Amino acid sequence: MTASSDADLARAFERGEHRLMLLLALPAFVVVFCLLVLPLGWLVVQSFWDDGPSLNHYARLVTDPVYLNTFWLTFRISFIVTIVTLLLAYPVAYAATVATGAWRAVILAFVLVPFWTSVLVRAYAWLILLQRSGVVNGALRDAGLIERPLALVHNETGTIIATVHILLPFMILPLQATMAKIPRDLLTAGASLGGGPLHVFRCVFLPLSLPGILAGSTLVFVLCLGFYITPELMGGGRTVMVSMVISRNIELYQAWGAASAVSVTLLAIVGAIFWTVSRFLPLDRVFSTR
Amino acid sequence: MPSRTRILAAGTALALGFSALPALAAGQITFVSQGGAYQEAQTVAILDPAAKELGITVNQDSAPDAWPMIKTQGETGKPIWDVVDTPPANCVRGGKEGLIEPLDFSKIPNAEAMPAAYRTPYSVAYEFYASVLAFNKANLGDKIPQSWADFWDVEKFPGTRALRNHPHVTLEAALLADGVPRDKLYPLDVDRAFKKLEEIKPHITVWWTSGGQSAQLLADGEVDMAMVWNGRASAVMKDAPDIGFTFNDGFLQNTQLCILKNAPNLDQAVRFINTAVSPELQANLPLHIDYGPGNPAAFDIGKIPAERAAQLPSSPENAAKQTLISDEWWASPEGEAAEKRWLTFIQ
Repeated sequence: MTASSDADLARAFERGEHRLMLLLALPAFVVVFCLLVLPLGWLVVQSFWDDGPSLNHYARLVTDPVYLNTFWLTFRISFIVTIVTLLLAYPVAYAATVATGAWRAVILAFVLVPFWTSVLVRAYAWLILLQRSGVVNGALRDAGLIERPLALVHNETGTIIATVHILLPFMILPLQATMAKIPRDLLTAGASLGGGPLHVFRCVFLPLSLPGILAGSTLVFVLCLGFYITPELMGGGRTVMVSMVISRNIELYQAWGAASAVSVTLLAIVGAIFWTVSRFLPLDRVFSTR
Repeated sequence: MPSRTRILAAGTALALGFSALPALAAGQITFVSQGGAYQEAQTVAILDPAAKELGITVNQDSAPDAWPMIKTQGETGKPIWDVVDTPPANCVRGGKEGLIEPLDFSKIPNAEAMPAAYRTPYSVAYEFYASVLAFNKANLGDKIPQSWADFWDVEKFPGTRALRNHPHVTLEAALLADGVPRDKLYPLDVDRAFKKLEEIKPHITVWWTSGGQSAQLLADGEVDMAMVWNGRASAVMKDAPDIGFTFNDGFLQNTQLCILKNAPNLDQAVRFINTAVSPELQANLPLHIDYGPGNPAAFDIGKIPAERAAQLPSSPENAAKQTLISDEWWASPEGEAAEKRWLTFIQ
């Protein structure tokens, strides 16, 4: 056999293997199609339907102040949550990176255990901590810092506090993954060239951790856009985020078209954010654990 | 007519004393309620005895919010449910959209004997609850509100407040607080109600969305006064003696029984409704749960003890202090428009 026919054979084999792989993946495709593509398609059709094809639902989105306010509030909360999460997560991720052995395990356990705890449980826990007669207000009052209990919950503040807590791991983990890949030698090199610790951090470590910051921020921002249970429980009924408007539309008004239009808009915004970020950053690589 | 033969067969079977085999001869219905402790209580109090009395099988299903299902089943034209226990607005709205069967009250004498206000052309009252003013005596001291006017008076009655995040009943409360007499509430002056609500809005700590949440807020001392459902209030009172409520200025609400259009067992469903609202079976319900009978005649047959009647929202004495909510108004175009306005208001 010649070398070229060997290569042909290998290619043919590869093609066959490829086909087998596709066949093996077929059940997964079917599941994704039935559970994701079909309902999504139905949602899109529904949003353009009002006794016939129509743009009425979308027209209302841009004219009715309810929807505009809700989108504005949702973006504002998501933005604040992202910033606060980043500020809190960065030192934790850094500590988890430089720590060795048992310390590292301890830090990661503190990140992961809440991550695995139900969102509902954590929201209620915050409710108990932050309410009028709660632990936080009690401690502040005992310390003589306040006379009347602070309104920490049933408003935007409570929503932000609980959401930050729930989303922290989504910021810490990509950050830590990126930081772990930064070669220590570069820091040593920076120091050996006369840079102080702060200078090295600012000129070497921080820029190299940027992909983690971007990945974590994207993830947190996008997840926060769709939050439902937390604002419902912590917002006191006034913090109406986009997902709550979707559910209200269905529960109170049985307006599937309006709800679909809001959902499709939210989905499009999330898609646009991911698309934009992926142009600067190979997201699949940042989110992978390898 | 197969159904009539079935009824005859059932009657014969019962007459002959074959009560052990009623289901075989007599057919069945599918009954839908809201699940939970409430459905368990009515199973013992009403559904089981009714099935036995009629010699039919009562299959049960539950849906906390039946409306989407009524709509879906109605649109297919071949529903699987027969009788639904649901807020009357669903029955009326469903009736107007051709999803609910109009009732022939001549075939339902027990319902015909009830007050006209407890019926709609499509449904009949089955069970009563109330939205009441509840409070925490520990936090309020001697300044306990007794009316919605008091609830709105933040100067005289300082404290934190909660209302339900829903226009039903909240608009009515605002109008009473603004001085509208109880018998002049309907049709609601929606503009006036929202204006009055704007007044209290900054003082509302929580707009609650579930009954459990409202109970929690009272129990935790997070709010000092709140509009809650009477069953929730009395449940909290068992553990927290500082919590109390008044039927003064309360709102009497009910769920009603209605039949789906083209129901598979229409004749049986009509018979079932007549039996389910009979004073005898209705009087059983409050012995199992804190809700009042839909049929006021249940108070006259001596089955409900006087001290129990005093706790029930629909006992004649308590009903006299309250307003009966008009679900017919809420099912009207004006009512639906008011519902839509709520989302704008709550932001």
